[in-house]
Amino acid sequence: MNYFHFPLEKWTNTFVDDFLLPIFGLLFDLLSTYIGSFIGLVINFLTWIPPEIITITIVILAWRIAGKGVAIFSLLGFLYLGSVGLWDLGMQTLAIVLVATLFSIIVGIPVGILSAKYSAVDKAVRPILDFMQTLPSFVYLIPAILLFGLGGVPAVISTFIFATPPCVRLTALGIRQVPTEVIEAAKAFGSTSSQMLFKVQLPLAVPTIMAGINQTIMLALSMAVIASMIGAPGLGNEVLSGISRVNVGQGLVGGLGIVVLAIMLDRITQGINEKTKRGERTT
Amino acid sequence: MKNKVEVKQVTKLFGTRKKEAISKLIEGKSKEEILKSTGVTVGVNQASFDVKPGEIFVIMGLSGSGKSTLIRLINRLIEPTSGEILIDGQNIVTMNQKELLNTRRKKLAMVFQKFALFSHRTVLENVAYGLEVQGYDKEERLKRAQESINVVGLGGYENQYPDQLSGGMQQRVGLARALANDSDILLMDEAFSALDPLIRKDMQDELLQLQEKLNKTIIFITHDLDEALKLGDRIAIMKDGEIVQIGTSEQIMKEPADDYVSTFVQDVDRSKVFVAENVMLKPDAIATWKDGPRVAIRKMKEKGISSIFVMGKDQTLKGLLTIDNAVQAVNEDRWVEDYLTTEYPTTAPDTPLTELIQIASESKYPIAVVDQEKLKGIIVRVSILSGLVLGKENVAVEEEKEVNVS
Repeated sequence: MNYFHFPLEKWTNTFVDDFLLPIFGLLFDLLSTYIGSFIGLVINFLTWIPPEIITITIVILAWRIAGKGVAIFSLLGFLYLGSVGLWDLGMQTLAIVLVATLFSIIVGIPVGILSAKYSAVDKAVRPILDFMQTLPSFVYLIPAILLFGLGGVPAVISTFIFATPPCVRLTALGIRQVPTEVIEAAKAFGSTSSQMLFKVQLPLAVPTIMAGINQTIMLALSMAVIASMIGAPGLGNEVLSGISRVNVGQGLVGGLGIVVLAIMLDRITQGINEKTKRGERTT
Repeated sequence: MKNKVEVKQVTKLFGTRKKEAISKLIEGKSKEEILKSTGVTVGVNQASFDVKPGEIFVIMGLSGSGKSTLIRLINRLIEPTSGEILIDGQNIVTMNQKELLNTRRKKLAMVFQKFALFSHRTVLENVAYGLEVQGYDKEERLKRAQESINVVGLGGYENQYPDQLSGGMQQRVGLARALANDSDILLMDEAFSALDPLIRKDMQDELLQLQEKLNKTIIFITHDLDEALKLGDRIAIMKDGEIVQIGTSEQIMKEPADDYVSTFVQDVDRSKVFVAENVMLKPDAIATWKDGPRVAIRKMKEKGISSIFVMGKDQTLKGLLTIDNAVQAVNEDRWVEDYLTTEYPTTAPDTPLTELIQIASESKYPIAVVDQEKLKGIIVRVSILSGLVLGKENVAVEEEKEVNVS
């Protein structure tokens, strides 16, 4: 099938080396500094708070939001993280996940709103999302290193790329799902389009958007090990070093830590979602 | 009096080759021909009508007749392809966005078939929505919302969410939301069609009562001619996007403009369509021969009636026992067939109502509906009349109430 030579590799490298880096290098450096210090701030904050206080806060939160079972699980989970000596690593992973999720939400929800409202945006965004979700994540680790160096920043960026699509998709879905008659009613009473968005469409889409955020958090956690390959701090490192030393125990200990965080975050965010649905009814 | 709403030659086409289609419409080509030759669907075809202040104007037609499109053209939820729509003399079609918003806020309120309530808001917040988007402060809008909630009889439910209410109550919320804006014109799109028959009737009655107090200009869409006749001061009948006749109920019943209208109207002449079976009551107030006069009297007392049918063996009808004869039987302490009268009229289950009216007016006793000597049901005068007025579905429900009247 080798009818002609397609020098994609060379072109890409030329593009990155001769165009992206010299011209936007400074911008990326700046970006990297800001994001880096933000991540540092969150990590420092989480590791500065005494573990006991975090545990108590989360357990109480889990109890109120998601019930007794999740609260007990959270308590056991935190005890586990502490007892295997992974507390700080766990908090680092949590920080990276939270920062990446925050970026995903900041970008994902507005893009979701736009693609629900304008079919042109939808048409443009859809293939990009497909691309983001299906391209093997290792592939964009390379430019991430090139542009942002090693460490937390490229990890957050590549996690962001991997985890944003469900946030966009489910925001758009939630808004599109609002029944036509309800939209007509809002229009018939003279709503402007921003009144329509903020008073009708977004509130009705909240449960679906929350489901999207939940998915985003889960995907972000699933990137933990891969992100550690480009120097992200956290539990992923433990797994990675377990792999390189063929240390089954170390790998398991780190891996279980990720599972514990994942289940906790999943149940609590799902609980928030249930609460927003039910909470309206009881208050 | 000046017209509140004037619709002039309004057309709505769906499709791309609209110009071509419009000229064909003016030539008088049919909906099918236009769809075939241009691919354009005719939603509303050159509709014109006026609505006077304080009038209930009903637009009635079957599904696909364009009535729901037409009502949405009036507040421009759907943009008309051509024509003029004057609200208080101002053409809404040519208004800019700001004027349009203002007209929707101040002059037009709408009630929807499937209620279209905001499920994330309480009843009170739903009703206040129209005022909220106009920028009324919270106290003022909640106060006015509360007033209109009271008007529709939903006081006490203001903090519930729509999904906690029954269909009838949800539509009251829809109505209250429309009333809260204090606009003169109410657009009601099949507002009662999603409700079950008994509730629908209640809501119709209530709308009429409200209308006496509020004196709004109401444009009401329905597919139900009974509803149209009951509510409408004037009725427009639509078919294939065209208005085929406009008139009062009397005019439409008496002089249907064409075959289409007269098919509708025929359905309404219930005396021809309905038979004894449709209006009879279940014979639950009956005595058996074995019961004797005392039991028969007690049953009459329970039901509050002055005569009772007496059955023999095998459910065959023996005769009618009046209260006087029963008392006589008790006094004389005898129980023979002489006490039963046979003067009551009988009829077969398939006798048309027209004949029953005659029979009922001549007899002082209820009519027994008899099939092969067995009593199938009882017809009292009230059930004939209600059958004529309300139709089949309601008679069945009202049975319970009316059985006592005989």
